[in-house]
Parts: sequence; structure tokens; C-alpha cells
Amino acid sequence: MASNAAVPFWRAAGMTYITYSNLCANLVRQCLKEPHRSEALNREKVHFSISKWAKGKPEKPKSPVLHYYS
Amino acid sequence: MLRQAPRFLLSRASAAAMRWSHPFSTDLPAEAAGDSKFIDAWKKSIPNMDPPKTPSAYMATRPPTPSTIPSKLTVNLVLPYDSVLSAKEVDMVIVPATTGQMGVLPGHVATIAELKPGILSVHEGNDTTKYFLSGGFAFVHANSVADIIAIEATPVDHIDPNLVQKGLAEFQQKLSSASTDIEKAEAQIGVDVHSALNAALTG
Repeated sequence: MASNAAVPFWRAAGMTYITYSNLCANLVRQCLKEPHRSEALNREKVHFSISKWAKGKPEKPKSPVLHYYS
Repeated sequence: MLRQAPRFLLSRASAAAMRWSHPFSTDLPAEAAGDSKFIDAWKKSIPNMDPPKTPSAYMATRPPTPSTIPSKLTVNLVLPYDSVLSAKEVDMVIVPATTGQMGVLPGHVATIAELKPGILSVHEGNDTTKYFLSGGFAFVHANSVADIIAIEATPVDHIDPNLVQKGLAEFQQKLSSASTDIEKAEAQIGVDVHSALNAALTG
């Protein structure tokens, strides 16, 4: 079978489709007019906390992070 | 009298087994057409056991393709957080596929199209509603149902022209100064999206 057709430039650069489409969506959200822009950006906020594990135990967890998905 | 006992016991046992092997009447249709070969082969080699259900017995059958082309197209536009259009009957939609603007009329051949950032226009009678999509997919089914899934879809008048111009200039600048592959890709994506937004505002 022939190899796949030319890959999109973002996949050739190592980006996955999910990263690409989330990036496009974020760029669109940042170009909206005011009330819609802050609503859209707030809707996509993610709360998470990360803790690194060492020797089978979690190190002291960092405080929860609030992050725009980007 | 005792001679009848085995027959009596046998009939009781088989009655009990029969009760268990015929469960609910609301069960899915047992045999799909495609499985008839398997069922025939089973019955030939193991006639005393019911053939097992195959995966296709658990699947809903594909909705039939109507023999005459419907007069309206049913459109569903869904986002991860909202369904903007839900089973709306329209005359035509034009979707921004990566291969170009694609018009979908009732009776369109079944298609899967990847979308690029661009405008989706929904034509109903004399009205046209436009949404700017950030990307996604369009599935057109043989029964004139079109499912369009996108991550962001905004009406064109929610877009701020100043932010679009600023973003376009910024990403063009980033594109010329980018060094690694990833930076170039991100800058190129920025240029593409902002150009599409620009075209949407002026088009």
C-alpha cells in the first residue's frame, strides 16, 4: 500500500489533532467581543492540583492551580 | 404409576429450563440478516442449543435510506458544551471543509468531512444564519441528516475586528521569527485562524 498522503504541517511538526483543534478553538475564543470572550474563557477554566510522587509517597502537593487551557 | 415418574420429572425439568431460556419479550431482535450463515452453521452442528447472540444483534440497525429524497435536511450542530442546532430542518448548509466550501442538500451522498476554521451557513427559506466554526467534523448520513461537530461556534457578530487584526499581525511576526518546528506550526496555525476570522468578518 502506498504511504499516507501528505500529512498536515502541524502533524509533521509533532502536534496531535486534539492539540491543534484546541489551539484553534482557543484562538477563536480570544478574538470574541467582550461579554462573550470572558464567558468563553471562563467556561474553559480547569481546576487541578499536581503532586509529584517520590519513593511511593506523594511529596507535599502544590496549591491547586487555575489554568486556561492553552 | 412409578413408570410415569421419569416422564413427569423430565417434563418438569424441561419446563423449568424453558422458562429460563426465554426471557424478556422486550429483548432486542435476536437475529440480524447478516448472521444467518453463522446461525445455520450452528444449527447444523449443535442443534440442541440456541445459537449465541452476535455483536450485531445488540447494535441498533442503521436508519433506512428513504427511497425518495426528503425535502429538507436535518442538521445537528453540537459543541462540547452546547447543542446549537438540534434536529433543525433546513434547505441547505454550507460547511467549511478542508477541501473547500461544501454545500450539503437533502439527498447528499453520505460523507465525512474534516472542517477547517471558517463559516458554516445554514439556509432556511430566505434566511441565512452564519456561524464561525473553529474546526471539527461534518458527518452527512444517507438519510439526509447532517451532524456537524465543532469545538467553538460563534455568530459572526460576536467577533471583535480589532482583536483579529492584532492577532493576525502578532502571529505573522511570530511566523517570521520562529525557529523550531513547533513554533513555526503554532505561528502558522495562528495566521490561518486569524485569516479565516478576517475573511469571515469581511466576507
